[in-house]
Amino acid sequence: MSDRCLVVIPALNEESAVGDVVTAVRDVLPTAHVVVVDDGSTDKTADVARGAGADVISLPFNVGVGGALRAGFRYARRFGYERVVQVDGDGQHNPVHIPDLLGALVDADVVIGARFAGVGDYEVRGPRKLAMRLLARSLSRRTGQRLTDTTSGFRAFNRKAVELFAVDYPAEYLGDTVEALVIAARAGLRVTQIPVEMRPRTTGAPSQHWVKSTVYLGRVFLALAMSRLRR
Amino acid sequence: MGVHALALVGGLVSVTFMFELLRRRQLKEKYAVLWLLVGIVMLVLAAWPPLLNALATATGVKSGPNLLLFVGTLVLIVVCVHLSWEISRLEDKSRALAEEIGLLRLEVEQGVRQR
Repeated sequence: MSDRCLVVIPALNEESAVGDVVTAVRDVLPTAHVVVVDDGSTDKTADVARGAGADVISLPFNVGVGGALRAGFRYARRFGYERVVQVDGDGQHNPVHIPDLLGALVDADVVIGARFAGVGDYEVRGPRKLAMRLLARSLSRRTGQRLTDTTSGFRAFNRKAVELFAVDYPAEYLGDTVEALVIAARAGLRVTQIPVEMRPRTTGAPSQHWVKSTVYLGRVFLALAMSRLRR
Repeated sequence: MGVHALALVGGLVSVTFMFELLRRRQLKEKYAVLWLLVGIVMLVLAAWPPLLNALATATGVKSGPNLLLFVGTLVLIVVCVHLSWEISRLEDKSRALAEEIGLLRLEVEQGVRQR
């Protein structure tokens, strides 16, 4: 643990993917401490993660990604980690990019691994695309940085951000990604992004159905309106 | 037995019920007080019917029952919103507890392993 870096992997029923994610992260960052936050899984996620060499924070019931992350931030704060990397447990984030994320922390407090920034061929369509555009524009204005992918769950945080999020991390859907950036901006943290390439999911299907996407768009509007009113 | 007697009985029953719940500590005081007040208002209105019509005239509502319906609905809405608020707070608290339990569980595991 020479560089005091903690990798937090929130996972819900990812027994088929989480083992490879942990192994891949440990290959890229042999000195980092890997913690999987098992968000009330009903499968063997926790056992698989432990088997791959990660420590596991097992939540007694499902609290959502936001709660899982806050548990990770609290762990980081309690044991004095300088930097935290957030990687999804489903295998869509390529751990190869973690050193780049950490490197970008030199002049930022929060670094987002952005999916549409020129690398890779991740593509979305329809209402979801519109929703993501809206979010990107609004949050770019708020943070004073050009952000293109505000819902990415591939991020790195420095000590300052960890201290903030260990206390105040939103639990609401979309809150965990979008509102966290608003909170960061309000607290005067510097948010930036670097391009990353996404791997195809190893499990699950991306939610691209138009009804779901439209509901998603509605929630985005609500989340944005709320965060504006809260300022 | 008229409608007023019915209201009187209803008011008595609800006040007694609330009082009993409160006495057995089945209900937090803050909720009990609200329902006790509602019951008492019911009782007073039932015991002295002209009051309702007087109130209606005073507030410019055409008839007593209309006023009763309006106020009743308003009270129910406020109570519902209050309960939603309480549930949200409880969810936040239980989420924080869940996170803490997860952290403690890991620390215990690590402690056991080191021994």
